[in-house]
Parts: sequence; structure tokens; C-alpha cells
Amino acid sequence: MKYLDEYRDAKGARSLAVEIRRTVTRPWTLMEVCGGQTHAIVKFGLDALLPDLVRLVHGPGCPVCVTPLELIDRALAIAARPGTIFCSFGDMLRVPGSRDDLFRVKARGGDVRVVYSPLDALDVARKNPGWETVFFAVGFETTAPANALAVHRAAAEGITNFSVLVSHVTVPPAVEAIMTAPGNQVQGFLAAGHVCAIMGTEEYAPLAAKHRVPIVVTGFEPLDILEGVRLCVRQLEEGRFEVENPYARAVRPEGNTEARRMLREVFEVVDRNWRGIGPIPRSGLGLAPAYAAFDAEKKFEVGDIRVSEPAECLSGLVLRGQLKPVDCPAFGKACTPERPLGATMVSGEGACAAYWRYRRDGAAHA
Amino acid sequence: MPDCPVPLNDEARILLAHGGGGTLMHRLIESVFLPRFNNPHLAEGHDGAVLDVGSRKIAFTTDSYVVKPLFFPGGDIGTLAIHGTINDLAMCGARPLWLSAGFILEEGLPRETLERVARSMSAACRAAGVELVTGDTKVVDRGKADGLFVNTSGIGLVESPSLISPRAVRPGDAILLNGDVGRHGMAVMSAREGLSFESPIESDTAPLAAPVLDLLAAGVEVHCLRDATRGGLAGVLVEIAQAAKRSLLIEEAAIPVTEAVRGACEILGLEALYVANEGRFAAFVPEKDAEKALAILRRHASCADSRLIGRVLDDERGLVTLKSPIGVGRLLDMLSGEQLPRIC
Amino acid sequence: MAGEGLARTARVSFGGVVKEVCLAYVPEARAGQYAIVHVGFAISVVDEDEAAKIFEYLRTMDELKDLGPVPP
Repeated sequence: MKYLDEYRDAKGARSLAVEIRRTVTRPWTLMEVCGGQTHAIVKFGLDALLPDLVRLVHGPGCPVCVTPLELIDRALAIAARPGTIFCSFGDMLRVPGSRDDLFRVKARGGDVRVVYSPLDALDVARKNPGWETVFFAVGFETTAPANALAVHRAAAEGITNFSVLVSHVTVPPAVEAIMTAPGNQVQGFLAAGHVCAIMGTEEYAPLAAKHRVPIVVTGFEPLDILEGVRLCVRQLEEGRFEVENPYARAVRPEGNTEARRMLREVFEVVDRNWRGIGPIPRSGLGLAPAYAAFDAEKKFEVGDIRVSEPAECLSGLVLRGQLKPVDCPAFGKACTPERPLGATMVSGEGACAAYWRYRRDGAAHA
Repeated sequence: MPDCPVPLNDEARILLAHGGGGTLMHRLIESVFLPRFNNPHLAEGHDGAVLDVGSRKIAFTTDSYVVKPLFFPGGDIGTLAIHGTINDLAMCGARPLWLSAGFILEEGLPRETLERVARSMSAACRAAGVELVTGDTKVVDRGKADGLFVNTSGIGLVESPSLISPRAVRPGDAILLNGDVGRHGMAVMSAREGLSFESPIESDTAPLAAPVLDLLAAGVEVHCLRDATRGGLAGVLVEIAQAAKRSLLIEEAAIPVTEAVRGACEILGLEALYVANEGRFAAFVPEKDAEKALAILRRHASCADSRLIGRVLDDERGLVTLKSPIGVGRLLDMLSGEQLPRIC
Repeated sequence: MAGEGLARTARVSFGGVVKEVCLAYVPEARAGQYAIVHVGFAISVVDEDEAAKIFEYLRTMDELKDLGPVPP
């Protein structure tokens, strides 16, 4: 496919790896904050191509993984309600709540449907006027505009049987939280390319300056990721800490102005609790008051939610980049995709899931 | 993006994932059926049973078809039923001869639908030289059978001089694949999800007895055969590696995948290696026979793009390593649940 | 392409798979262009000039290699 395959070229990847090897003189720790990048790194073995001096850690780049357990339990309670059609993206289906997951709710007769786009969920609502359709709106800034449009359209069409359960989180506050956390070792960031396609690159300049950390906007294919690493390492070696954008084929400095306008219309910035990290102020998006009628949390009374996290799950440390999945004692033993202890092992963007799915012979992950 | 669904352990209820051909299904079989029907044939775990009848060996297999929708680009439930049964027998090194078909029909099914399916099955039988010799028909209430389900069984005469089984796999064996993967699953998904294509993806459903029998007739020492249905090519390679207790090294670049299948998989978040096929199989032959085997296979339309995709290693861990073009190897697993329910 | 403004959609080909995609956020998009698509929405039109840059860089690196090792 054009604009995809060329960026997976093996020879180009090896050339970039050689160039990185040539440039690096000291150990550096880089973090990427996007589950899609984590998967690409592990799937294509990019970490194996990099010199030992360059250490890649993974951040909380999985919106499913950072959705609080209480909200997952709330979603399950809503999905189990009679008269409700619960729609979500495919990888939410397997995420374990305190006692259950959407797939089991479906097996017991709940109407749970996988959709590809939030507009599909709106369509379900239109086609089922006697039922309440609820969409689990999980994601970073990349997905929020799509969800915003669905709500905006529902309002414009006067659809009353549609609502969204919102769990949107934003990246810059997470970067701030990681850089200010005690024990932080991250020295450079690979920023999430598609988040920046929406939001632009401007909001990262203050972070780069304040924490003296280079931030390189990076895409998702092997060449993009290696190029991001190359430029980040080059900045570190030269003592610079700027925002750089090699993913300019998709990202403009101002981002997507239409999308940002819709976000301001439908959402407002709220505090959010990040599972495994804790509360981060002004790190999420919630529905603006004008759209409160579409808020599933307000619409459905599901009673008291009592949460219980499995004690052995260390996904918090994984999400903060302080533990590699392979170093977790439960990895592959008490915790596998079949019996996940936490969301990071089961979500399509989770780091533990990536390390498990693409694991190599021996303990080959650096 | 949709991916393998993972339920919590020790299910009190059957989940769609149990039908996936992956570890959940295997566990179900091991815990519910094997202990109650304990015999060496069942324990073999192959697609068909090879039984001694006097001085001859026959192969015997059964299958059920619950594909949704009934008709999809490249085939329908009828063609799947005939080809699938033929192929299970072929994978035992047998010449398929006689089939049975039991139909479970939903009240309200249009008669024309049934006639279309019957016509497909008849054409498939004639083309493959097999006879449908017995059958059954049942009707259930509206809403209980989703149109039409078919169960088949098949009997064939074994023509392989030696046992075809993972146990016959040897270090150094070449692993052959008869063509591009992922088409059947994507053809069904396209019909189901309303995906459209510039040129539609067609199911690869095909009878595979002729190429297999040609290999045997030419004296190729066939160690193992398995068709890559549910669970995909990755699923069968892992199954065989585990059963044979031999590790396999597979070259990703050698596995053909059409552009349209890759695009569909990218969109749906699936991996072509795990998508069901209905006309693809892996063959394990001694390295010295690989070139000859490929030449024989390529003479058949269903195997025109046969490739050497890997080899058997001299190690007993039973792992499957997929080496990428970038040069890094990753371990392949069986999926635990179901990527795509009701695909065959 | 069909519709206007926020309701604009297009049929988009992903290596031969054709899906309907919402173009609300790329009003400048024209047929024949490539886009980044996320959950059924085009979020960015690919800038073909920028897209070529990394390959130019790789080509330069290749050519430099052919010229022999860098002098001390």
C-alpha cells in the first residue's frame, strides 16, 4: 500500500539503525507515548536493531489501559442493563473489570456490539429507536474529534436514545506527570504522530523547554520510528531540547483546525484519573454542559461500584515506563492474554500485550 | 480494532471463542470429550481418523458448517462443506470417495436458497469425483438455525504408504505452502461487514485431493499435511510444532498475501497469518523432495503459487519463529479465542 | 465523494479495500489524494513532498557510503 509499505523497507531500517549507532556516544532513555508505536517497535523488532546505549521505554500510550477500573465496571453495568445496546471498539471487549468483561456480558445475553467508527454507533441508535444505544468513547486526542462529531450530529438530528460513556485523556499532561515523577529517567520523547495530527505541535514547546527534553513527533512505521529515534538521539548528543517534526507528511504545526474546533464545541477539559498513575489535573476531556444529555454517566444510574484491582498487576509501573513487561514477575505466568491481570496485557495498544504477542526466542527483548 | 477476544477462565458457558480453532477450543475438547471417548484414534488429534479395515486403511472425517453469511464471494456453505470434507481426507493422504450431508434447516428458509446450496454441492462433488451417498434433513423453529447448518462426514481410501502425522516430521524437513493466505476469512468478512473492494476478495475454497495424491503417486515422502482453516496458517504451524515437539523457522517474506487481503487486515486490525483459509495447506516433506514437490503442486490451479516457506529445526521445544524481512524473529502463538466467528 | 461540510464523505481505498470515510475534518481533501484515516475519519491529508524527504535522506546516506569512509 502506498505511504505504508515504503516505510517498512528493511534496507532503509538498517541504514537508519547504523546511523543511530554512529551518532550515539552515551546512554540515553527515550519514551514513546503511543500504543501503536509500542506495537510497531516490538512487532518489527526495532528495539533489537538499536544499539544498547539507546533504551526505549513505553509510556501510558494506551487509552484503554489508563481507563480507571471504576469506569470499566460502570461500562459493564450499563452494558448488562436490559434495553441497552452497548457499542465499543473491538479491543475494549476483552478488558477485565473487577469481576467481568464485555465479552462475558455478551455471552450472558447483553447486546454488546463492536463498531469501527462512532458514527456506526449513532447509526445503531437511529435504527433501534426503542433501545438506548451507548458508545464507549475511549481514546486520546486522535479519536476525540470522531466521537465529538457523533455527539454533535446526534444533537443536530434530535436523537435522544444515544449517549456516550467518555474516557478521553490527553497526552501533554501525561508527559508533564512523567517528567515530574520521582525516579524519572526519561530524557527524550517520541511524540504520538496522530495525536499531533489533530492537536499540532505547539503545546509541546513549553514542555520541551521546561523539562529540557527533546520531543520528536514520530509516525508509526519502522522508518518513521527509527527516524524519530535518530533525531531525538542527535538532539541529546548535541545538547538541544526542541520540538522536531519529521512526520510532517501528516502533521502540521497547527494540527487540524476543524477537528480542534469541534473538540472545543463538544468537549471541555476535565481532571482525569489515570489507572496505574493516579489523578492528573486537566488531563482529560468530558462532555461540555451543552451536550450533557448525551453523557451516559449522568443518564444511567448503576448504583455503587466496588472496585478491586488484582494485587499482582504492576501495569502502573509499566505505564510509567518504570518496568518493562518482560520484567514483571507475572508476565507470561499468572498474567497472559488468556488470563490477563490488567488492561496492558489485553488491550490492542497495551505494552504487555505487545511484548507477549511479538515475543522472541529466549528473553531477547532488551 | 477487533482482535482475539479473551474471556476469563473456567467458563460455565460456551463462548463464541470456543469455536475459534485456538487454545480455548482445544481445551474444551480436552476437558469435555477426550476423557469420555478415550481411544488412540481420537487422541491422535488429526483432522481425520485413519482406520484399518482388513488389509486397507480408510480415512474417516466429520465437519460442520455454520458460516454466516451463507453466500459469499467465491463460494457458499455448500462448496465449503464439500471441499472442507474432501480436504480433511486429503490431509490424511487419502483419496476421498464418499460423503454424507446432514442439513439442519430453519423454518422459513426460502426454498430457492436450499436449491442454490444443493446445486453448489452437486457441482463440487462432480468436479472432485466424489459421491454424496447418504444424508439427513431436519427442520427447526424459526430463529434456531440462522438459515441453514450442514454437517458432513467423509470416507476415503488411504494412498499414503506411511503415516502422515506430526509425529513423522523430521529436522531439516521443508515446509511448503500452496498459495496466498487470508482470502477466505476476508471474503466472508467483506460480505458480513459490508466492506467493498475495488476487485472483490474471493474465498480460496478448493478441493485439495488431486495435488496431494499426485505428490504421493510421484513417490514424495509426505511427512505431514494440514489445511489452514480456523486459526489460519499460524494456527496449524503452532499445532504441528507442538504435536511434533519440533521447532519451526518460517520466513515471513516467503508467505504470499494479496494486497487486498493486507489492506482488509490492516483496517480490521487482523493478521493475515491467523485468518481462515479453505484451500490452503502446509506440507512437510524431506528437504531433498522439496523442489520436486513444488513442481508437482504448481501444476494444479489451486496450488499455482506454491512456496517453500520454512524448515523444521533440530530442536525439541516446539516453537514457531517467524523471521521478518527486517531480520528479527518473533514467536508465533495460537490465538486463544476467535478472531472471526462463524467463518466456516 | 458525497455530501458537504461536516457530512462530507468519500470512498477511500486501503490497498484495494474500499470504505466510506468521513471527510468532515479535511475540507481541503480532493479525489486522488492520500489521507491518514482513524476510526472512519480522515484526520490529515498526506503531504507528498514531505513524505519523500526521508527517502531523499536515505538515498544521500547511501551515496555517501559509496563515496568511501569519512576521513578522520
